[in-house]
Amino acid sequence: MNEYTDLAGESNTNLQKRHRDSKIWRTIFYASTAAAIIILAILILSIVNQAFGLVVLKNTVEPEKISSVPLEQLSSQDLIKILKKNLTSNRYKTIDRDMPFTARSQADLVDLVIAEVVKPTVVDSYHLDVSILHRNEIMARAAEKYPNGHVEFHSWLNPEFITRSMSSTPELAGVRTAIFGSLWIILITVLVAFPTGVGAAIYLEEYAASNRINKIIQTNIDNLAGVPSIIYGILGLAIFVRGLGYFTGGGFLGSGETGGRTILSAGLTMALLILPILIINAQEAIRAVPRSLREASYGLGATKWQTIWHHVLPSALPGILTGTILAISRAIGETAPLILVGASSFINRDPSSVFSRFTALPIQIYNWTTRPQDEFRNIAAAAILVLLVLLLSLNAFAILMRNRFTRRIS
Amino acid sequence: MIDHQTQTKPPIISAEDLCIFYGNFRAVKNVDMKIVPNQITAIIGPSGCGKSTVLRSFNRMNDFIPNCHVTGKITFHGHNIYDEDVDPVQVRQKIGMVFQKPNPFPKSIFDNVAWGLKINGMKGDLSEPVEQALKQAALWDEVKDHLKKSGLSLSGGQQQRLCIARALAVKPDIILMDEPCSALDPIATLKIEDLMRELSKDYTIIIVTHNMQQAARASDYTAFFTMDSDRAGVMVEYGETSHIFTNPQDKRTEDYITGRYG
Repeated sequence: MNEYTDLAGESNTNLQKRHRDSKIWRTIFYASTAAAIIILAILILSIVNQAFGLVVLKNTVEPEKISSVPLEQLSSQDLIKILKKNLTSNRYKTIDRDMPFTARSQADLVDLVIAEVVKPTVVDSYHLDVSILHRNEIMARAAEKYPNGHVEFHSWLNPEFITRSMSSTPELAGVRTAIFGSLWIILITVLVAFPTGVGAAIYLEEYAASNRINKIIQTNIDNLAGVPSIIYGILGLAIFVRGLGYFTGGGFLGSGETGGRTILSAGLTMALLILPILIINAQEAIRAVPRSLREASYGLGATKWQTIWHHVLPSALPGILTGTILAISRAIGETAPLILVGASSFINRDPSSVFSRFTALPIQIYNWTTRPQDEFRNIAAAAILVLLVLLLSLNAFAILMRNRFTRRIS
Repeated sequence: MIDHQTQTKPPIISAEDLCIFYGNFRAVKNVDMKIVPNQITAIIGPSGCGKSTVLRSFNRMNDFIPNCHVTGKITFHGHNIYDEDVDPVQVRQKIGMVFQKPNPFPKSIFDNVAWGLKINGMKGDLSEPVEQALKQAALWDEVKDHLKKSGLSLSGGQQQRLCIARALAVKPDIILMDEPCSALDPIATLKIEDLMRELSKDYTIIIVTHNMQQAARASDYTAFFTMDSDRAGVMVEYGETSHIFTNPQDKRTEDYITGRYG
């Protein structure tokens, strides 16, 4: 023990300086990690802040005016009478045609009366922080401003929000169509970009001779990864929507009503967008496969393709999948190219095939944030949360797949 | 000065006027070497003298190094393996290789040995040939109960014997060994040397080694390489190991084996 302290004494000042240096660097690294976490937390908090909060609801027609007893205690016949009295005859018939009144349960009819006649609407909404900190003031102001209104806590992100389709009233709007649109687009993107990207990477790494043409191709791929996404949107518009509209619109199958503004065009454009990222990542992964593994394979009399297929690709796959995860994350949040290839901002029919018109989550979010009403900003925040959850679950799935592969080959 | 022994058997593989270039740099020049079948031939020499390069030229592993090209002839079964119409894949099936660092595939022990058989078109139950190869490589008793375990879970010496088993499974004529023991401890090294002796009954083995004792112990023939004045590798002396180590003809060989070299 003593001789060690003596040893330290000899170069004590030098050692102290080295320890000090590493401490400083460690602090810097801690600080940058902490900064990143704080920024992320602020982002999520501000979204959550908008997605939940108090709302002031006001009924268009007060229930007391329709009936002297609470609606829940009325019989089905009375409820039907109320509906008949308060609705226009057209609306009444439409609802009846959906499902005859007599066939509906009493609870259903109560809901119908509330939705069609009482029509509670959000007249004022507050963010979560204000709702918690100034609850009493909000209550007082609401009581003064809207004598008939009542205040309640509202989560804009709720099961109905996810299962309803688009609507022009924020309380009734949902993201179902957009979720389906996003999923369809990602599916097409991955199906097109993954095989193409990995194939290109294999060619460039394993087969391409190092000549001038291949160097130019390589440089261009590297540069394409940095091209702004809107450029890809323009490209997609020119090629897939305009140029190949007959195919991307399903015209060759006899259903050319949507032109080229379809899920297929969007997916192909997104595939172009992530292709360079995918290729570069796959190339890195293939390059990282140790030479000893290839030599072992060649040494047994394997052909080049057998070596690539059985050894290089399986070893590179975890890296390739990591790149794919990053690329998908990028694609799912892209808005600009989708606007250009013609995402619909208002559509309430779920996509049924790759030739359907579409909307996507980022499009909805963008669209809602540009509306003047506060409530649209609330549902935009809720939609952002949906997008985040969707993104995280897709990534979790991909990571799960990757881990399975990694375990299998090692 | 090169001691050509009177050899009774015809050589299984021979290099004639072999030169190997990396780009414009001549790494190895004018090597003439006849390998005696069913014997162990060791290639020794200082670092950078082209031993591994020569070894790798015997099964065209140098093809994967960009800018590497070969002049002269390597004759195997009467064919120059560098002829246009020779498929290097076929050459490597007949001339297997074991590398410096054990490099089992990240697969199970069984699959490591079976893979070479599969790619060469063998179908059906491979457990018989796999068992045979593992027995030949003196590994069977140690791994027979866990053939499903990853090849990477074995110790270094076991991994190297797995690599030998893998090479044996495809039934080559010649096994090239590029410093197969340099990453192993002395006990594992001895095991490999015993194994080589055993294998030389059925196979021809060419081994590159840094370890002179190993060459003296384990080989029948020894080739001594060194670097020429223009940094190209040359073969100084080649002959029976006992002769090379007891009665070297060349001053450089003598200096090297007595430890007076550089």
